[in-house]
Amino acid sequence: MLKLIKQFTSFAAMVVMLFAFTTETMAAKKSKTLKNTQKKGFVRCGVSQGLPGFSNADASGNWTGVDVDVCRAVAAAVLGDASKVKFTPLSAKERFTALTSGEIDILSRNTTWTLSRDADIGLTFVGVNFYDGQGFMVRKSSGITSTSQFKDGISACTNLGTTTELNMRDFFNSKGISYTPVTFEKADEVVAAYDAGRCDTYTTDKSGLAAQRIKLSAPDDHVVLPETISKEPLGPVVRQGDAVWEDIVRWSLNTMIEAEEYGITSANADSMKTSDNPAIKRLVGAEGEMGAAFGLDNEWNLRIIKQVGNYGESYKRNIADTGILPDRGPNELWTKGGILYVPPSR
Amino acid sequence: MNNKIKKSIPQILTILFVILIFGFLTFNAQVNMDNRGIDFGFGFLKQEASFDIQFSLVEYDGLDPYWWAYVAALLNTLLVAVLGIIFCTILGVIVGVARLSSNYLIRNAAAWYVEFFRNIPLLLQIFFWYYAALRALPLPQDAEPLLGVSYLTIKGFYIPAMVWQNLNIFLYSLLLAIVAIFLIRFYAKKLQENEGKQLPVFYISLGLLLILPLLTFLVGNVSLSFELPVIKQLSVTSFTYVGGIGLPPELIALTLALSLYTATFVAECVRAGIQGISKGQKEAAASIGLTPNQILKLVVMPQALRIIIPPTTNQYLNLTKNSSLAAAIAYPDLVLVFAGTALMQTGKAIEIVSITMLTYLTLSLAIAALMNWYNKKIEIKEK
Repeated sequence: MLKLIKQFTSFAAMVVMLFAFTTETMAAKKSKTLKNTQKKGFVRCGVSQGLPGFSNADASGNWTGVDVDVCRAVAAAVLGDASKVKFTPLSAKERFTALTSGEIDILSRNTTWTLSRDADIGLTFVGVNFYDGQGFMVRKSSGITSTSQFKDGISACTNLGTTTELNMRDFFNSKGISYTPVTFEKADEVVAAYDAGRCDTYTTDKSGLAAQRIKLSAPDDHVVLPETISKEPLGPVVRQGDAVWEDIVRWSLNTMIEAEEYGITSANADSMKTSDNPAIKRLVGAEGEMGAAFGLDNEWNLRIIKQVGNYGESYKRNIADTGILPDRGPNELWTKGGILYVPPSR
Repeated sequence: MNNKIKKSIPQILTILFVILIFGFLTFNAQVNMDNRGIDFGFGFLKQEASFDIQFSLVEYDGLDPYWWAYVAALLNTLLVAVLGIIFCTILGVIVGVARLSSNYLIRNAAAWYVEFFRNIPLLLQIFFWYYAALRALPLPQDAEPLLGVSYLTIKGFYIPAMVWQNLNIFLYSLLLAIVAIFLIRFYAKKLQENEGKQLPVFYISLGLLLILPLLTFLVGNVSLSFELPVIKQLSVTSFTYVGGIGLPPELIALTLALSLYTATFVAECVRAGIQGISKGQKEAAASIGLTPNQILKLVVMPQALRIIIPPTTNQYLNLTKNSSLAAAIAYPDLVLVFAGTALMQTGKAIEIVSITMLTYLTLSLAIAALMNWYNKKIEIKEK
C-alpha cells in the first residue's frame, strides 16, 4: 500500500514537473537548491555566532567577514545582488545539522575540511577560503615562549565540538604531557574563563586566537605561540546530492581568488572587459559561456567581483585592516609565495 | 458487552492515531536521511572516541570507545544530581522549618531567600556562581590553606585524597554493622510489641557503627593515610596543585546553583507539609504523654512526609533535568560530552539525541519510582 502511494506520488510529481518547468534550463531543473534560492530571493547562509574577520555582525546587524563574503558572492552570482543573504548564526554543535536538515544552503563558518566530515555526514566541502592551523595562546607574564615549555598538569580552555579537541589530545599525548581540557559551548565563554585565569592556555585555530584576543580585557598581555599543531583548511560546505549548487559555490569562491591573481578588482572589473588577456575576459563575462553550465547568465562572475571584490580585497577589508592577522602567510596567492591556487575558469 | 466495545473504540482509535504519527515521523526521517546520504545506526558507539574529558569518576581515556565516554558523562550527571539532591534537601528542610519559626528575623530571612532565589532564572544563577567564583577565587599560588590541607582556587578545590590499606576489610565491617543494626531494630520492635519494653536503639546503632569499623584498624591491619595536594609550578606565573583530589570549579558552581535554586522549592514543600498537620494532632499526642521528640517523630513527621514527598519528588526530577544546563559552564555532563562533543565528531544527531533523551527519561522514571516506593512505605496503612 505504502509503495503504491509512493509510486503514485512520484509519478504525479513527474507529470507536474514536466509541464511546469519545461522552460527552465537543464541546470536549474537539476538543482533544487538553486531553484529554491531564486524563488525565495535570498541565499540562506550559516555563519558563526561572532568571529571577527570571518563572520561577525555589527551593532546594526550587518554581517562582515571573509566567510560572509563567500555567501555574498553566491548571492551576487545567482540573484544579482550581494546583499540578498539571510544569515543564520550557528554554534559549532548545530552547524552540520542545520545544513543537512535544509535550514541553510551554504555553511560558511570557519569549518575545517576533514575526511570524516566530508565522507560521513552528508556534507560536501567545496574548497578552502582560509588555510589555518591550531595554536596556543598564553599570558606573556608566564614566560612561556614555546609549546615545549608546557608541563604536566596544564589546563587548556577550548570550544566544544571542533577538531580542536581532537588535535589537542593528539598533541599533548604525543608530547607525553598530562593536561586538563576545559570545554565550553560558546567562544565568548571560553574567552571569559581564560581571561579570569581558569586555564593556563587557550587553544583553537590561530585565526580564532588572533580574533578572540581582541576581546580579552588586556589583549597585549597575551601572546600566541609560534607552533602550529594541525592543518585546518577552513572552507564553505554544502549538502551532498546537489552537484550544480556545489559547483556554483565552489566557482564563486574560485572566481574571487582567480580575480586577485589577474589583478581584477571591484573598481576595475568593468574596464577589464576590453582586456587583451582571454583569461581575464572569461572572468568578467566578456568571453565564452561560463555561466551556462550552472544555469546562470554570463556575467555572474563579473557581479561577484564588482559587488564583493576579489579575495585580496576581502582579506584586506576583513582580516588585515582590522588588525587580526595583517600578514597573509599561507593565504597569499601561489604566485606570491602562498598556497592559494585554484583551477582555471575556462 | 456492547457498552464495553463502545468505551474501547475511542481508545483504540487514539492508539492507532499515535502509532500512525510515530510511524510517519520515522518513515519521514528515514526517507530524508536516505536522500542526504546519512546512515542510521549505533555502530559508532564502538568506535574510538579520541577526545578527552575534563574529569570523570571512572578511568576514561580518548582511546576508549564512545559508549564508555557516554558512561563517564552519565556518571558526571549523576554525581551532580546526587550532590544537588542531598544539599537541596538539607537546605530545603532547614529553610522550610525556619519559615515557620516564631523568630521574626529567621522567619523573614528564610522568606526573602525563597522569594529571591526561586524567581531568578536558573541559567543566570549558574553563570553568576561560575563567573563570580572565577573572579573571586584566588590563583593557586595565592590560595590560603583551609584547615592546613585544602586549597580553594580558581582552578578547583583541592582536598586530601584518602589512601587505604585493606579497604575491603573496613567495608565488610561497615556492612556487618549495618546488618546488625537492622537486626537489632527488628528485635527492638518485637520486644516493644510483646513486652512493651523500649531499647535505646539509636545509641546501640551509633555504637555499632563506630566500634566495628574502629576494631578493624586495631586488629584488621587497616590503615588510612592522606595524600595532600602539593603546589606545582607550571611556568613563571602559573601554578597548579598535584596529588589529592581536585574538584573542578564547574562542579562546585553547578552544585551550588542547583542546590540553592531547588532548595527554595523544597522549602515550600516542607512548609506546606508541616502546616498541613492540624494542631489537635500534637495536642492529642502530648496528652497521652509523648515527649516533644516523640511527637515529631511518631505523629507529625509521618503525616507531614505524606504531604511533602510527592511535590518534592517533582523537585528532584527538575534538579536532575536542570543539571543539563552544565554545558553552559564546561562541566562535562551528558549533554556537553555526549550530546555535544560526541554528536559533533560522529554527526549521528538522531541516534545520540534519542539516546540522551531516553537516558534522562530513565533517570527521571527511576527517581520517581524510588520516591513512590518510599511514599507507599510511609503512607498510613489502614488496619
